[in-house]
Amino acid sequence: MSRAQAPYTGVAVCAPITVPYKRFSAEPAHWWAGRALRLLRQTAGLRPTDIDGFCFSSFSCGPDTAVGMTQHLGLTPRWLDHIPTGGASGVMALRRAARAVQCGDAELVVCLAADTNQIDSFRHSLAGFSRFSQDAVYPYGFGGPNATFALITDAYMREYGVTREDFGKLCVAQRANAGSNPLALQRKPLTLDAYMAARPIADPVHLFDCVMPCAGAEAFIVTTPERAEALGLKMAQILATIERHNAFPEDPVQLRGGWAMDIEGFWQTARITPAEVDTLQVYDDYPVIVAMQIEDLGFCNKGKVGEFIRANEFTIDRDLPLNTNGGQLSAGQAGAAGGFQNVTEGLRQILHMPLGDQVPAASIAAISGFGLVNYDRGVCTAAALLEALP
Amino acid sequence: MTAARERRDPLARKKLRHVPSGLRSRAMHALSARAAQGRFALQACTECGTATHPPRNACPLCWGELAWTDQPSGAKVLCETTIRVSTDLYFREHMPWRMGKVLLDAGPVALVHLHAALHPDDRADVRMMIDRGGNAALFAVPAGDTDLMSDPQWREFIVPIEGRIVLVSDARNAVGRAMVKELHAKGAELVVAGLPGPALASDATDAVLTLDGVQAIALDVTDATSVAEAASRIGGPLDIVVNTARHVRAGGVSANPGFVEQRRAFEVSAMGLSRLASTFAPMLAGRPNGAFVDVLSSAALVGDAAQAGFAAAEAARHSLLQSLRHEMRGAGVRVMSVFTGPVDDADHQAVPPPKVAPARIAASVAEALLNGREQTCVGDVAQDTMERWLTDPALLAREKNL
Repeated sequence: MSRAQAPYTGVAVCAPITVPYKRFSAEPAHWWAGRALRLLRQTAGLRPTDIDGFCFSSFSCGPDTAVGMTQHLGLTPRWLDHIPTGGASGVMALRRAARAVQCGDAELVVCLAADTNQIDSFRHSLAGFSRFSQDAVYPYGFGGPNATFALITDAYMREYGVTREDFGKLCVAQRANAGSNPLALQRKPLTLDAYMAARPIADPVHLFDCVMPCAGAEAFIVTTPERAEALGLKMAQILATIERHNAFPEDPVQLRGGWAMDIEGFWQTARITPAEVDTLQVYDDYPVIVAMQIEDLGFCNKGKVGEFIRANEFTIDRDLPLNTNGGQLSAGQAGAAGGFQNVTEGLRQILHMPLGDQVPAASIAAISGFGLVNYDRGVCTAAALLEALP
Repeated sequence: MTAARERRDPLARKKLRHVPSGLRSRAMHALSARAAQGRFALQACTECGTATHPPRNACPLCWGELAWTDQPSGAKVLCETTIRVSTDLYFREHMPWRMGKVLLDAGPVALVHLHAALHPDDRADVRMMIDRGGNAALFAVPAGDTDLMSDPQWREFIVPIEGRIVLVSDARNAVGRAMVKELHAKGAELVVAGLPGPALASDATDAVLTLDGVQAIALDVTDATSVAEAASRIGGPLDIVVNTARHVRAGGVSANPGFVEQRRAFEVSAMGLSRLASTFAPMLAGRPNGAFVDVLSSAALVGDAAQAGFAAAEAARHSLLQSLRHEMRGAGVRVMSVFTGPVDDADHQAVPPPKVAPARIAASVAEALLNGREQTCVGDVAQDTMERWLTDPALLAREKNL
C-alpha cells in the first residue's frame, strides 16, 4: 500500500487557454506555443518575467524541447519540465506544477501544450513514433493507432458485450456537445444512423470512432491562490490526482488502464464519490477508451459500461456531461494539446467560463488522461479531480 | 519450344513497387537474421528464462541478459482487425490487410499478419517470415494443413513458381539441369535454360531442354555480351533468376595454384554474379514477386585449403550476394542464398560422400522460393558447416584449412 497523498494546499489552477484549432497549419509548434502565451498576456496580463515555472508538451517541436522553448519564447523560469506523455500530459503537467508551487520551487507555472499538423506530418510522426512501433506494429499493415485500437476494441466488445451502438451513443453525445463550441472542428450534428453507416477504417473501428488530427495549443496556469487573486483570475483547487505507467503488463490485451490500480485512493483522498462529479472530461482518442475510463474511474462496475451507457445521457444538460467541448472526436486532436483539452475544458466548466454551453451549476470536474501507444496499448494514465474555489 | 510470351507497351507507365518501411532497431535486425535462417527464435532471459517480444535490451521481469532461443511456434488468436486505411504506400496497394494479436505458446503476445481463415480463439501456427522490405515478420496461419497459397497476404511473403518465367543461368551443369526440370515440374510458365559454351548436337534431343515450356538459349556468365544478348532474347517479363553457374576445381594458393582455373572461378562465381545481377535486376524489380536465387558453396564461409581458388571465388560471390540483397530490398526483390556442400556430379568425382544429389538442390531451391526462405543449407556438409560457422567461425576456419 502506498503512502497517503498529501493534499494540494496553497495551489490554484486557473486561466484555461485554447488557441483555436486548424486542420492543417503551415506554422510550427513554436508559433502555436507563442499564440497560447499571447492569449495568456491578453486574458491574465502575464509578461515573460511573471512566469517562473514552465511545463511543456509537444510531439512536433523537434529538434527543440522545453529548453529550446524558453529561449524561443523569452522565458527565464527557475523550474522547467518537458512532459512526453501525450494524451496524459495535461493531468501530469498539472500535478507536477502543483507540487512545484506548493513547495515553493516556483510561484507561477504555465503549463502549455502545442502541436502543429502539416500536410503529411501525421505519416512522418507515425513512422518514427517508438522503437516497438517501428519494430513490431507498423510492419503489420501500417494502420497506425486505428489498427492498435481496433484490436483493443475488438477484444473489449467481445469480453464485455459492448456494442457499436453503445460507442455510437458516446460519439453522438460528444458531437451534440460540440454544437455549442465555436472552436470545434466538427460541429455538424451526428446521428446514430450516420455513425453506424460510416465506412470501416480498421474493423470494428469506423470513421466516426476516429479523431481528426489538427494543429492547436492549450494552456493553463498553476499558481498560489494569492497570486491568482492578484491577477484577478477565477481559480480551482486540486482534490486528488493519480498517475500510472505501464500498468498490468501481464494483461494480453488492454481491457483496463492504470486508473484501476490507483482508483480507490483517488476518491478517498478527494473525499467525494463519482456521483458528486458535475462533468467528466476523459481522453477520447477512440470511444473504447472513453468506455474504459468510465469503468476504471469508478463511474460503473467493470464490464457494466454497456448498461451504464444505455442508462445515461452524456450531453451538457443531462446525467453525466461528458467531454463538453466535443472532445477530440469532435473538437479535433491537436497532438499533445489533445492531452490538455480535458484539463482546460474541465476548468472552464467549473469556473463558469465555457467556450459553448455551460454545465448547469458545475463545481467539480473529473479529468482523465491516457497517452502514448508505445506498442500494443496506451502506457500512461492519469486523473485529477478539480473543484472551483469561491 | 517457346511458350506464347506476354508483350508490353515499352512506353506504358511502369507500376512502382513499394516495400514496407525498413526502419528497425538493432535488436530487431538480430531477429531478422534468425528469421532469414528459417528459425523461430525469440529472446529469452538467461537468468529467469522468460521469453520476450518485441526485441529488447534487458529482461522486463528481472533485467537479466537476453539471448536468442528457438521457441515453440504455436499460438492462440486473441483479437483481429482488417485494416482498410493506411498512409503507407506499400500497404495502400494491398488493402484490406488482416492483422491480429496472438498469445504465443512461448509466453509473449505478438502482433501478426493474420491468415484469412483465422479468428479469435483459434489455434494458430506462427511462421517467422521475411517481409518485402527484408525484415522479420510474424505470420499466423491455421494450425495443421491449410492451403496457404490462396491467401493473397501470404503470397506477399513467398515467391510463387507456378505461371512464372524463370531463368536458370547454367543448365549445362548437373545442378542447373535438375533445376530446369524441377521448376518445369512446379508449373513455371517458361524456364529459360542458359547454356554456356558451344552448342552440342545432343541439346536438340535432350529430354529436359526439349520439354514444352523450356527454352534453351546461349548464355555465358563470363561474357558481358552473351549476358546482354540473352536478356534481349528473353525480352519480356522475367520473375526469377536461379544462378547455378560455378567452376569447381582443386588447387592451392602457393602450391599448385592453377592460375587459369582460379581466374576462371572468379569470372564465373563473382564477376558472373555481378553480370547477371546488373543485367537482370531491373527486369526482376518490375515484377510483383521478383527473386534472385544463388546456389553457392558452403566453402564460401571460411575457405577451403583443398580448393582454395574455388572457395575464394565463392566467398567473393557470397559477399556480392549480400550487397545485392541490400540493393534489391528497396525494390522488394528477394535475394536467396542456397548453400551446398560437394555435389554428386562430375566436378566432385574425387570427393568421398556425403555428396548432395543435384535433384535435391533443385528441390531445395523450389522450397526456398515457395516458403520465402532467405537462406537454405542443402545436405549434411552445408548444414554442418553453417552450424559450426554460427557457433565458432574462428574454429571452423582452422578446421577447414588444416
